Amino acid sequence: MLPVTYYIGLSAVLFIMGALGVLIRRNLIVIFMSVELMLNAANLAFVAFARYYQEMSGQVFVFFVMAVAAAEVAVGLSLIVAIYRARRTVNVDDLSEMKG
Amino acid sequence: MTLNQFGTDLLVLLPLTFLLGWASLLLLADLFIPAKNKGAMALLSALGLAVSLAMALVQKGPALAFGGTVALDGFSTFLNVLFLASGLVAVALAYDYLKHMRLERNTYYILLLFSVGGMMLMGMSTDLMMVFLSLELLSIPLYVLSGFARPAEKSEEAAIKYFLLGAFASGFVVYGIALVFGATGTTSLAGIVQAVKSGALLNPNLLTIGGALLLIGLGFKVAAVPFHMWTPDVYHGAPTSVTAFMALGAKAAGFAALLRIFLTVFPSLAADFTPVLWVLAALTMFLGNVVAIAQRNIKRMLAYSSIAHAGYLLMALVPYGQRGLTGDVSASLLFYLVAYGLTNFGVWSVVMLLERAEGKGLALDDYAGLGRKYPALAASMTVFMLSFAGVPPTLGFVGKFYLFRTVLEGGYIWLALIGVLTSLVSAYYYLRVVVIMYMRDGEPEVASAPWLKAAAWVTAAGLVIFTFASGALFTWASQALLTAF
Repeated sequence: MLPVTYYIGLSAVLFIMGALGVLIRRNLIVIFMSVELMLNAANLAFVAFARYYQEMSGQVFVFFVMAVAAAEVAVGLSLIVAIYRARRTVNVDDLSEMKG
Repeated sequence: MTLNQFGTDLLVLLPLTFLLGWASLLLLADLFIPAKNKGAMALLSALGLAVSLAMALVQKGPALAFGGTVALDGFSTFLNVLFLASGLVAVALAYDYLKHMRLERNTYYILLLFSVGGMMLMGMSTDLMMVFLSLELLSIPLYVLSGFARPAEKSEEAAIKYFLLGAFASGFVVYGIALVFGATGTTSLAGIVQAVKSGALLNPNLLTIGGALLLIGLGFKVAAVPFHMWTPDVYHGAPTSVTAFMALGAKAAGFAALLRIFLTVFPSLAADFTPVLWVLAALTMFLGNVVAIAQRNIKRMLAYSSIAHAGYLLMALVPYGQRGLTGDVSASLLFYLVAYGLTNFGVWSVVMLLERAEGKGLALDDYAGLGRKYPALAASMTVFMLSFAGVPPTLGFVGKFYLFRTVLEGGYIWLALIGVLTSLVSAYYYLRVVVIMYMRDGEPEVASAPWLKAAAWVTAAGLVIFTFASGALFTWASQALLTAF
């Protein structure tokens, strides 16, 4: 059985990749996928800790997070589609109606 | 868990369960309301909020429900009343504003009810997982509402920006929860306190990092610098009635979660978090107030002003770790949220009255001549500006007084000094609006919207009258203590 640190190390790497992706990438869909990566990093940590503590609640949280992520996808993707229809672009740098 | 237990659990959450059930019913009822009948949905949602408010007022705590994940105590009752009342005001404002802007769609009110439900749950959560779920329940309807003026490009842009930054923030919150869970083996606040006391931590650093990530995530929600970048664009682009609602609701809910989590769980880590909060509060007060000066659009100016007010609230959170001060910290924050909320709704209703289609009527110069043409409205606007700036005799002054008193009791003289100096800076841009209204000539146009006008006059009168009853209000806020379970 691998020690819990390995899992946490991997989840930390995933989380940092996700956070950097949000900050660096310019495509709305890729930014959105990076956010999902952050949530899944948290899921991995939950599952790993749940096994370490033999505590089932940690595994149940993953389902909560997945359900919330699904709700976010529904709203997020429809917003991205609406923006694409109006402007034919999904680049965040083109979203500059407001400044100041 | 027996059926009986389930019944009592539901009873503890009665205002919330009723509200969410009502909102779900309204989703169905929407199918049967004829399209011509535009006021019915506003009336029905106001009715739901009013019934829920009555329930919240008669509810007696303290009690725990759903396996200790939600608590009914003075703190949550105070916030429930605040959120439900702000929901009622938001419905009244939206009714006129949507008509004025030709945006009448019934889903608006239903989304608003769900968001209010999320805020109420946030104030009651005593489990980090519940905090996360309520955060999403309040945020997701707000993302949709921000884009409600679709296909207006500004509104869509505000929605996507709010959504991406909000989802980014939830990522931090949920990862923070995962790490706290890793450190202690539980997400219940009481359980975490127990684990910290007994010293049975997997690794103390996990708890600190988890707490820091939670602070970042909630910092986004309350728009604290440096997590504020979304605020001006979202407040500017979203329909003004939505901005009015989220400027109070989302901020108050974020502070409710911060208060409950920090005051119950993290006093042991005060040595780590107090300096961080100190810097965040100072930066937020400074940047919010200074950048607001440069704004020529009233919505953006008020957005930066709301950032600055988040700074004042954060400032009072700095001494949270000192045992004798927890009561004062929570009471002064709750009190200021009420003062800020009243001013906030008043000022936004004036903005809505002057706003015209396609984002016109939002420049500061559009307020020229208001004092001569609409004296009552200009007088109320003056009261709001004075209250935001913290000038007596307004509730904003009393609120700031309590905040500063808490900070000074904690011994943070320099922070209080920064707060006072930035308040002076803020007086400049708030009073500039007053000067423009009274000293310059212009022909402002005001929409014929009875609810908006009533909201402006009532909140302005309330801000002055409550000042003389502020002792009673503060006593209520002081009794709204977190009951540690």
